Amino acid sequence: MENQVSSEIALQLYELMVRIRKFEQAVVNLFARGKIPGFLHTYIGEEAVAAGVCANLTIKDKITSTHRGHGHMIAKGGRFDKAMAELFGKSTGYNKGKGGSMHIAEPDLGMLGANAIVSAGIPIATGAALTAQYLGEDWVGVAFFGDGASNEGGFHESLNLASVWNLPAVYVCENNEFAESTPRWQHQKIKDVAIRAQAYDIPGVIVDGNDVEAVYFCAREAIERARSGGGPTLIEAKTTRWRGHHEADNQSYRDKEEFQTALDNDAIARWEIVLLSRGIPQAILGEINARVEKELNEAIEYADQSPLPDPADARADIFTPFELEEI
Amino acid sequence: MTVMTYREAVRQALREELQHDERVYLIGEDIAEFGGSLKVTLGLLDEFGPKRIRNTPISEMALLGAAVGSAATGARPIAEVMYSDFFGMAMDQVFNQAAKMRYMFGGKLSIPLTIRAPMGGRRSAAAHHSQCLEAWFMHIPGLKIAMPANAYDAKGLLKTAVRDPNPVIVFENKMLYNVKGEVPEEPFFVPFGVANVVREGSDVTIVAVSDMVDYSLKAAEALESEGISVEVIDPRTIAPLDIETIVKSVKKTGKLVVAHEANLTGGIGAEIAAQVGYRAFDYLQTPIERVAAKDSPIPFAPILEKEILPDDQDVIDAVHRVMDYAG
Repeated sequence: MENQVSSEIALQLYELMVRIRKFEQAVVNLFARGKIPGFLHTYIGEEAVAAGVCANLTIKDKITSTHRGHGHMIAKGGRFDKAMAELFGKSTGYNKGKGGSMHIAEPDLGMLGANAIVSAGIPIATGAALTAQYLGEDWVGVAFFGDGASNEGGFHESLNLASVWNLPAVYVCENNEFAESTPRWQHQKIKDVAIRAQAYDIPGVIVDGNDVEAVYFCAREAIERARSGGGPTLIEAKTTRWRGHHEADNQSYRDKEEFQTALDNDAIARWEIVLLSRGIPQAILGEINARVEKELNEAIEYADQSPLPDPADARADIFTPFELEEI
Repeated sequence: MTVMTYREAVRQALREELQHDERVYLIGEDIAEFGGSLKVTLGLLDEFGPKRIRNTPISEMALLGAAVGSAATGARPIAEVMYSDFFGMAMDQVFNQAAKMRYMFGGKLSIPLTIRAPMGGRRSAAAHHSQCLEAWFMHIPGLKIAMPANAYDAKGLLKTAVRDPNPVIVFENKMLYNVKGEVPEEPFFVPFGVANVVREGSDVTIVAVSDMVDYSLKAAEALESEGISVEVIDPRTIAPLDIETIVKSVKKTGKLVVAHEANLTGGIGAEIAAQVGYRAFDYLQTPIERVAAKDSPIPFAPILEKEILPDDQDVIDAVHRVMDYAG
């Protein structure tokens, strides 16, 4: 098996991670300045998981995300401007300001939504996999969720159903060791969520979630297995959460040493070292950063200048219009 | 016209919709060989095979969640909740996901999902297999709710539900499954939001749903012999609700009785009474009467269950109260 990605993929992974990191750093600042209403859960520290998995997906593949969903949106091909406008609650956002940070979605990109109910996306991704199998489509359904969600019924029911029906699904547990504020050792006795795959007789693999290349290869194997009829896989990506559960959380419950270890285990910094060691010039990385920053600044301007939704549209889009005559 | 049972009418609708559209499949517990706990799907496995008549594990959340995800990605599942009391195990997927995905995503997708849910008591099935929970769902924007009261509507409403691009819950009444009625041989649809004036009358309006329609008709017969002319209206769907037809009738009779088997408090009768109270205030000659279950878990012993649940005598008593109202 290959253990090194091409330089093209290497830079794609780098750019995806940088896009997510810079977007999230910007929204932290914009949230503090009052530009973004509501709750804000950022993906900083976990970028390698979304990037490594989604780099293997096509636009037809379907993903479901979590309350911490900006990273998945961006990794699945989301634009900064539409995403930022959604977070600002503007009419030009991906979801016309109806969803916001916790419900950002773009079905045309195969992104079936961030989801503010822990574990709720897991059955939905399972259903996307069911459609693929049922209609003979070649897409896979990928569910992202956290270690906290792995204690929910929806996780267990979904893995069992996908197993018994051999669905083209991939379950990606982003284990950041915290279920909101509750440390992993308080919410589950097991050390590895991946062992729960055994209960459903499907492969369960552990990967260093801050090693983007390892995530990439691990996800590729699972996605290829799903696509070729080999059934579902549970991937546990061990990762790190840098910010609080949300921006109102100062993380007073975190051990200083553990927190510093998490900060030191920076997926982007680690990947930069690898890229440079493989002969990729620093200048190229600099260009990527500059390009992303430029796009981000334009997106913030776009979101800021975009019109607010019309209150007259507050009740639009509840139902899909339907007339019996159309039958 | 053919005379058939309500159960056979439901089965015929399922058969026709399965034949009509390859994207349609059935998903539920024990619905294949076993034909469903209430034998509604009996025989469909032989006709359509296991790919389209899908037996699931006993996993209400996974089966409804997978149906939501599948509906979001191009299939048109018809899910069966074996008893509507089991909705509790899967509620999030119904009220937070299916009902809200289109809205949260700014109208970017549709959830063409039909959920069939047998409801109701009178079978000594006790507190976990007897409830009428339609009011829970009427409270959630984004769901349509049909409550067929006869074989004709059981077929026509279900067929409309399957064609509708929105999530629809069809509450089938268990006590009606063996009741026969006339059903056209050619395919037909019953539109949503169009009430059925089952019996015309001039003294009192009764709005009844599900098996309370038959009880109300029986009551109307008895009341006619006393010289009281009763109009019976079956809304057929409570979301959307054809309040116009109800208001028009109340403007004619000046008196309203609302009858449902569900508990009194917070039942749909309260909503209908409020809407009529607002829109026909100047026409009402008496307080609005509600006939409903006596706010209790459904007991097991037949004599206790009969005490709790409403029947034709309760309707007659309510009509007497409005007729005798002295102001």
